[in-house]
This record gives sequence, C-alpha cells and structure tokens, in this order.
Amino acid sequence: MPIFEVNGRKYEVDEDGFLQDPSIWNEDVAKDFAKSEGIDELTDEHWKVIHYLRNYYLQYGIAPMIRKLCKETGFKLNKIYELFPSGPAKGACKLAGLPKPTGCV
Amino acid sequence: MAETTPKLDELVQIDYRPPETPWMDTPVEFRRGTFCYSAAAKNLEYLGFPNPRDWQPSDEDWKLPENWREIILKAMEDRLKKFRSFRLFMDICVRCGACADKCHFYIGSGDPKNMPVLRAELIRSVYRRYFTRAGKMFGRLAGARDLTIDVLKEWFYYFYQCTECRRCSVFCPYGIDQAEITMIGRELLNEVGVNINWAVEPAANCFRTGNHLGVQPHGFKDSIDFAVDELEEITGVRVEVPIMKKGAEVLFIMPSADYFASPHYYTLLGYFLLFHHIGLDFTVSAYASEGGNFGLFISHEMMKRLNDKMYREAKRLGVKWILGGECGHMWRVVHQYMDTMNGPADFLEVPKSPITGTVFDHARSTKMVHICEFTADLIRHGKLKLDPSRNDHWNVTFHDSCNPSRAMGLLEEPRYILKTVCNHFHEMPENTIREQTFCCGSGAGLGTDENLEMRLRGGFPRANAVKYVHEKHGVNVLSCICAIDKATLPPLLEYFVPGVEVAGIHEFVGNALVMEGERERDTDLRGTPLVKAAQAEGDKEEPAHA
Repeated sequence: MPIFEVNGRKYEVDEDGFLQDPSIWNEDVAKDFAKSEGIDELTDEHWKVIHYLRNYYLQYGIAPMIRKLCKETGFKLNKIYELFPSGPAKGACKLAGLPKPTGCV
Repeated sequence: MAETTPKLDELVQIDYRPPETPWMDTPVEFRRGTFCYSAAAKNLEYLGFPNPRDWQPSDEDWKLPENWREIILKAMEDRLKKFRSFRLFMDICVRCGACADKCHFYIGSGDPKNMPVLRAELIRSVYRRYFTRAGKMFGRLAGARDLTIDVLKEWFYYFYQCTECRRCSVFCPYGIDQAEITMIGRELLNEVGVNINWAVEPAANCFRTGNHLGVQPHGFKDSIDFAVDELEEITGVRVEVPIMKKGAEVLFIMPSADYFASPHYYTLLGYFLLFHHIGLDFTVSAYASEGGNFGLFISHEMMKRLNDKMYREAKRLGVKWILGGECGHMWRVVHQYMDTMNGPADFLEVPKSPITGTVFDHARSTKMVHICEFTADLIRHGKLKLDPSRNDHWNVTFHDSCNPSRAMGLLEEPRYILKTVCNHFHEMPENTIREQTFCCGSGAGLGTDENLEMRLRGGFPRANAVKYVHEKHGVNVLSCICAIDKATLPPLLEYFVPGVEVAGIHEFVGNALVMEGERERDTDLRGTPLVKAAQAEGDKEEPAHA
C-alpha cells in the first residue's frame, strides 16, 4: 500500500494518491494533499468546493453529480478546473478525502 | 493529462517495425501509462474472487498461488469444453493477416502483439502445447510454448490492451471473434487473482448497490430530483420521474454515469423530456440503476450475476418490458448473452410501444428495447413535436459505439434521429463508421487515468476521423450512445481535436422537443445560447455550464 508522506504526516493512499480511509479526513488532509494537486494555497473558493463535497459525501456516501456541484457552489465547470487542475472527480474529491468515482466516468 | 503522457508530436511518431527478437522471446515491458492498476483486495473479497492481495503489475512478484499453472490449465480445459466458440477460435486461424491492421491499438502503438492475430496467438500457443498432439510432440516447431510467468504477464498486458470492440472480426474471413478470446483470457487470469481495478471495483459496487458508481437509493433519488428541478428551470415544464413505481408499463434502465457525470447528464434531461412529451407510463429503479455491465470485462459468471438484477427488478415491479438507455456494453450482454444466461424473460411481455403500437419483434426474447429504436419509431409515426433549429449551433457527427453497432446492428436509428432533430449533420469517412467504427480506445474497463497513453493511442484512429470532419465541415460535436464514450472521448478530443464537444443523441432530442406549456427557450440543455438568442444579444456561444 503506497504511503504519502508530507509535513511530517503519513497517509495510506491508493495508487492514484486518494486517501485509503475516507473517515480519517480533516482540514489538514486537504492542506497536505493540495501541493500534490498543483495547488499552492487553498482559498475560500477551494474550501467552498471541498466542504460541499465532504458534506455531501457524509450524507450520501458518494460524490454529488458534477452538475449539482457546479450549481450548488455557483462555479462553472471550467472554474472548478481552474481551482482543481485535475478536475472535480480527481482533484477536488481527492482533497475532500472522497474515494475516486469509478465506472463510465 | 498525466506527467508521463507524451506530447502529441511524439505520440504520433509510431514505429511499425517489429522488434528484432522473435515474438516468443520478447517479454513484455510494463511501462507507465500503458497498463491498468490491479484490482484492490477489498473488491475481490466482496465478489468472492480468488487470491485477494496487495500487488501491482509492475511488481516482479505477482504473489500467485503456488499451483497457478495447474489452476489456469484446468480452467482452460473447462472452457474448451464449455464454449464451442473458444475451441473453434483456437483451431481455425490461417494467419491470413486481414485483421492485422484493423485494431486501433495496433494502429496507435505499432506493437505487433496488438495485431489481433498475434494477440490470439498468445493463448493459442499455450492451447497447442497442452491440448493438441502436435504441440505436445513438437513444441515450438508446432507453434506451441510452455505456460510460464512471463507468458502470464504477457496475457495480462495484451488482454487488457484489447477493448473487445470486435472491429477485427468484421474483417476476419472466418469470423473469429477476438473479443471472445480476450474474454476467456481475462477469465483465466481472474482464476488466479489477476485483474484490473477499473473493471472489478465497478462490478463490486454494482453488486452491492445496483450501479457501478456505488450510488445508494437516497443518493439516486437526490440526483433524479435535482434533474427534474433543473429541467423545470430550463423549460418551465415540471416532469415526473417515478422511482420504483410498481405496475408501471416500462422500466427504464440507464447507465449510472447519466445521473452522475457530464456530458452524460444532458442526455438524462433529454430522456425525461421525451417521456413527459409522450406521456409514457414508466419508472426508474434505484436497484436496477445501471445499464452497463462491467462483468463482461471480467468473466461470464460475473456478467450473468450483474445482468440478473435488471430482470429481477423488472419482475418485482411488475412492468411489461424494459427500455434501455444510451449504454454501450449493456447491449452486447443483452443482445448476445442474456437469452441463454438468464433468459428467456418469459415473465415479461413482448415490447410494444404504447404510443405507436409498434411491436419490437426482435426483442421478443430479451424484452428489452434500445431507446434509439423507441425514439426513431416515435419520429417515424409523427408523434414528436420538434424544432430542429434549436440545435443549429451544433454541427454534428456520429460515432457508432462498438457494441450497439457491431453487437446489435443499431446503425440506422441513431442517424435517422439525428437527421430529424438537427439541421447540420456530417458523416465521418465510411471505413470509420457503422460496422467498421473505430473504438473510443477506452472500452472494456480500460478507461482509467493510469492507462491514458494507451487510451490516446487506441483512440487515435477515431480522433483522426473526427479531425477530418472538423476541418472539412466545421463539425463541432461528436455524438455517441455509450457512457464510456461520453467519459473518455472528451479528453481524447481535447488532445487531438480541441474545439469538438461530446454529446448523447437524446440531448439533441431534448433540445428540439417542443413541450406543451414550455416557456420560450433561450439556451439548450447544457446552457449554450440558441442561435437566434445569441444573434439577438450579439452573444458569444459560450455554454453557461462550461
């Protein structure tokens, strides 16, 4: 199992660098993972997306529809890509400690 | 794009010279970007598959069971007895080479082991060694070889560089179906715990929750409700989407990506507008909440287990028949395997359109109709009120998805619909469409990021044909009827043909449908201003959702 080591902390991750155990997430995780996603500093806009994803995940056990994420945060999809260069599923979900969505996506 | 992804100029420098060493003496090299990660142990455990453990294909030691060779040979013997097609395909190839340059992975990689004839030979050589007299006596002289760890690794690499698209079999004078050979190859590997996560995790999710994504019933309802609300905002019309309504006439089953990802979502909106428009008595289900069947990419047994839930749910709800959405591989399973695996579904009725009275005779046994057949029939009978000018900002071409086209012969219906609901339609060159269509390069479970270089190589012929119509006719959208297409064609086109979008057919249907009581529409379903609205405001055609 790969280990992601940053700021003196160690995380068990999968091959794509997603947190193995989503339940251990806290805000430090998002900060620690940000650099690996090419994000220098997490702004309020980043946090808005991260918290929305996290809360949705706690309620539903999965990420929301991409369209719903855009509408509820008020960010168009290209803005989400600006904030999280690998996109909503791979970038934003990783920072929010969600598993990577699989299937025809 | 991953750091390891080659630049376009590099990638298209494809070297077609074979290696200097004979193919049996050329071991596989696991290069990043060209193979998929192994299946996680938790997913194998969930499905009761053998040998769950922590390993990766790039590891030297694959942690196989000690008697792995016996397991594989026994499994091969079983399948030679069980599947006449497999036995036949092991025996009859004459190496004419008609298939050699038909594979998108060979065209995009130049690797001779991606020629279908040689991909099959990887397993035929082992068949000869253990199951034919000539192979047992003369070994390599008779084209036979021992089953070694290197052979097993080669199987993994190349059976997961085949999208089971079956383009090669269109050209084979014997009709050898390479997909069936790949399927058996994967099935044998599965016996010793060698499989990929992008196929096994969706299958495990589907087995647990009813869909590949793992969406649970309350999440399913949340997504459907969101779509209904948004449709009302766009059109002013409130549609109804019953969930698990007992006694509905039709059960509608779509791929789960339709209620999760973009651009799939806009197709979902199109389905719901259509059903409201014609007053269809239908229901969706949070249990049969997946059309796709990733079991097809693992083993016959897994395919059967996942296919079963659709029919079980249809029976439980007491519907008359099943309508299937814009899903690709589902149709290979339904059209070519379902009947003898789980069928016949004699507790359902022969599908009959309640709107036109058309009986879908060809679905007499499976009881399942493709939405394009259904919609084309509605159009043919003049049942839809359409304004195709609402698609005037789209210049459309159509990518035949491998399975609807080659596995069920759905060639005319999508085109008939598109030409009715859109004013601008252009075909790609004839050797790249219909039964000769080129795969997206990511089917059969290969659409994952770590495999991106290979996906781009495999998608190169398709992208090339899109580039042709983009430059010649100004095509700006590639339509398709498969959820894997909708997920994987956008990055492919971004790489090879920027400026061309991807959309489902029922998105265009939804754009064109004139709904009773609708408000004047100024955008299409994805928020792009319509041509007249854009002209009036001097606006640029930027989608509001982009």
